Order: sequence, then C-alpha cells, then structure tokens
Amino acid sequence: MSEDLAWIDAALTSARPQAIGALLRYFRDLDTAEEAYQEACLRALKSWPQKGPPRDAASWLIMVGRNAALDGVRRKARLTELPQEDAISDVDDVETPMAERLDGAHYRDDILRLMFICCHPELPATQQIALALRIVCGLSVKQIARAFLVGEAAMEQRITRAKARIAKAEVPFEAPGPVERSERLAAVAYMVYLVFTEGYTAGRETAEARGPLCEEAIRLGRLLLRIYPAEPEIMGLTALMLLQHARAPARFDADGAAVLLEDQDRTLWNRDMIGEGLALIDKAMRHRRPGAYQVQSAIAALHARAATPADTDWAGIEALYGALEAMQPSPVITLNRAVAVSKTRGPAEALAMIEPLADALGGYFYFFGARGAFLLQLGRDAEARQAFDRAIALANTAAEAAHIRGQIDRLTADAKARAS
Amino acid sequence: MLYALLCYNSEEAVFSWTKEQDDMVMARLGVVHERLAMQNKLGPSLRLMPTTAATTLRKNADPPLIIDGPFAETKEQLLGFYVIDCDDLEEALGVARDLAAANPGGAYEIRPLLLFLPGTLPEGAAAG
Repeated sequence: MSEDLAWIDAALTSARPQAIGALLRYFRDLDTAEEAYQEACLRALKSWPQKGPPRDAASWLIMVGRNAALDGVRRKARLTELPQEDAISDVDDVETPMAERLDGAHYRDDILRLMFICCHPELPATQQIALALRIVCGLSVKQIARAFLVGEAAMEQRITRAKARIAKAEVPFEAPGPVERSERLAAVAYMVYLVFTEGYTAGRETAEARGPLCEEAIRLGRLLLRIYPAEPEIMGLTALMLLQHARAPARFDADGAAVLLEDQDRTLWNRDMIGEGLALIDKAMRHRRPGAYQVQSAIAALHARAATPADTDWAGIEALYGALEAMQPSPVITLNRAVAVSKTRGPAEALAMIEPLADALGGYFYFFGARGAFLLQLGRDAEARQAFDRAIALANTAAEAAHIRGQIDRLTADAKARAS
Repeated sequence: MLYALLCYNSEEAVFSWTKEQDDMVMARLGVVHERLAMQNKLGPSLRLMPTTAATTLRKNADPPLIIDGPFAETKEQLLGFYVIDCDDLEEALGVARDLAAANPGGAYEIRPLLLFLPGTLPEGAAAG
C-alpha cells in the first residue's frame, strides 16, 4: 500500500462505524449497508488522492454510499420493469437536508445500534466478537481468522452464519428510550471487553495475530466514550483496557514465556496508555456511581502506579476485590482477592479462603496455580507439586503451562539443593 | 512576535493510525522541531490526550458546571499546540506549512500571543 493510500485507509477505518451505522438506518439491511459503504470506499480511493480527503469523511461516505446504493436499487427496478417501491420505501427521507441527516442524536444511536446488533444474545461470544471485528472495525476476514486460529473459509462461513442469524432477528431501528439505551450500552460494553480479552489472553505465539484485537477494543471504548461522554462505566472500561494493554510489551520474555506481573520490567510499560487510563479513572470517580469496570480499572491502576512490585498497595487491591465481590459475587473474584490476602495477611489465610472454591473452580487453571503458590510459600512442597501438575493439565496456552513448569523447576531445584 | 500554532485534526482519524504511522509522523515532525529549536524559535509545545480524557468546567452557572468531554463537539479537535517565535505571519505560516507537510489531514490555526508565561515545569512531566 502506498503511503497516501495508507492514510486514506486510516481515515476510512475511523469513519466506518458512523458511516455503516447511518447506512444501516437508511437501508435497514446490514448487507446493503456494507455494500454501500464498500462502494463509497472504492470511490474515495479514486477521488481522495487527487482532491484530498474531505473534511468530514463520514458524511462524504454516507452520502456517496447512499446514492450508490439507491442507484443500484433503481437499476434493479428498471431491469425487472416492476415498480419496486417496497425496496425504497425505507429511504423516504431522500430529500432531507444533509445537516439533518448527520444530526448528532442519530449519530450516537447509529453507532450504538450497529454495535448492539453484534451482541445478539443468540450469538455465542466468539461470533459476537468476530462480527464486531468484521462489521464495526472493518478487519478483514483473513485477519479475524488469524486471530481465532481458524482457516479463512471457516471464518467466512462463521460470519455469514452470524449475519444470517441477526438478519432474522428483530433489529431495533426505532430510537431507544433511556432505559433501553443504557441496556444496549451495557451489552455493547461487555462485547467490547470480550474483544479485548480475546486479544489479551493470547499466548506469545498468537500475540502478534491477536494484539490488534486489544487495539480495536480500545478504539471502540474511546468511540463509546465520545458518544456517551458522561458514562463512568465506559470510562472505567476504557481505562481498564488501556491499563492492561500498557503492560503488553513486558508480558512475554524473549523465549515467549509469560512473565508474571511481579516479574515484569516495568520500564517497558506504556506510560502514555497508563496516563490516559489514570485520567479516565479520575473522571469516573467524580460521578460516585461505582461499577464493575471502574473497580477493575482501579485495581489495574494500583498495579500501574507501583514503581516496583514491593510498592504495590495490596491492602487497597484486597479492598477493591472485596467491593467487586459484593457487586458480582463469583469464585474467580474471591480467588483474586485471596491472592491479595496472601500478600497482606499471609498464605495460610489465603489458602483457607480458596479451599471452599475447589468444587466451583475444579477445572480452572488459575485456581491450581494460586493454590500451588500458596502451598509452596507454606513449605508444603509435595501438595504444591500436585496442584501445579493439575494446573499444567488445565493450561489453556503453552505460555501458561510454561509458567507453571517454571515454578515446578524451582521446587525441584530447591529440593536438590536441600538434598545435597 | 510569539505565535501559537493550534493543531486541529480529526482525533478519530489520528487515533486510528497504526503505531508505525504515528511514529512516522512524529519522526517527520521531529525534523521540523529540531530545526526550529536550532534557530531558537521553538517555545513550549505539547500533544494532548484524546478529548475522551477531557473535562470541561463551565462558568455560566454558580457553582460552575463540570461536564465530561471537550469544550465543544467539533469535527476536528484541538490535539496540541506549539509556541513559536517568528518575525511575522509569513514566517509563522511557513512553519505551519512545514509541519503540515509532515502530518496528513487537519489544520493549523496561527494565533499571535498576548501573554506568555514560560512556566517552570520540567520536561517529561507529562504522562508519556
């Protein structure tokens, strides 16, 4: 791609959610909206390099895409020589002036609607993510297939199926009321976080293919924040993603093994992202409307603020996990609080906290990893080894397994040192 | 005369740049910055976080109203500014042209300064 085209590509990408969102409102059909947008992009690639990009790229794309699609509808109508009024009845606001069409209220609802249809409850999480990456972010099927470690044809099929499913469902075209809008926003926020975690939980071997997912999710978070600037949970979500992604350069060593938070080279953390995340948390706190994303981002912030692991405010982290537990009780959150407790009150108390979780978390890698670490700190090496063996058996990625193996190696080395 | 060069661009577009594109722009701008610094024409200059990190205090109420987000919702946002020392508008426009060549899209507003307080903050005090 030439340099000019790369800049145009960035401009098209940034205008995409608004443009497709508006085209979807006109045509009430996702495929037509996407085709219209594609056509507009083709024309942009022809005209922008000569004339320069327009000041308002999204409006340009909406206008051109809409006209192109209407031409298509009219051509089809002539070919069949039948009045196809049904086909154009949904676009009866053809004459409305440009200013009205790009009215701010529409703009917000258009983007939210576009994102919301990707979170249809009948779609499994992986399909929601794939659909959002394809439709909202405009990633190619090839890129998405790489991120999910499947073939391009399989991913194409998965996206087509997901689209067919939402096409059959009721797409909410009327402007939502306040309650509905906030429900949509919550669903969309969760989907954005799914996109992020899909990228974030990648091992080293897939990090390159999945890293863009984290960046796309952050872009979507900022986009949501731009259209809903006073929502503290959206601030919290965006802050959480920024603070976690800031650690990306330090999360794997040269051999591709996962590096634990406490062993990471903190000078590699991205200070710009941390700064932006902290600024967003500051803003969110003013609203005094705590929520799960805000609490999680506050936990991430306490890690980010610590210059060394020893500086970590574990008491603060324990309290925040306590708050999170009260909001959405879950054994996984209790497990995390136990890790904080192991730092503030010692491994014995932490171990006692997690014993009752054994049933609920019997298939969870982190449970046995944490249990092994607590036992190891208590000098109960044989039991620690058992826990680590279970953890390896349950590891989702090679990096997770390698990390536990490192701890077992330490055990073995200690045992040898003691024996000699 | 001191001039402010106010940098406006679509932040959606700028924050959609890949890291390579962003690095390339910063490197090209760096060449212009260096030349201006050598000529003792470059004053304090800064790049702002996105407007999503902004908060606005409106004084039309008592107590003032605090609003999330930037002062105004516009197609292009204020993303940073330079203070430069130039003989006249022509020279300031020349600097703006050089910066524009390094940096796709957007606009520079050239605005003469009425008051200048150089401040005492150390370099590197910002997040980055």
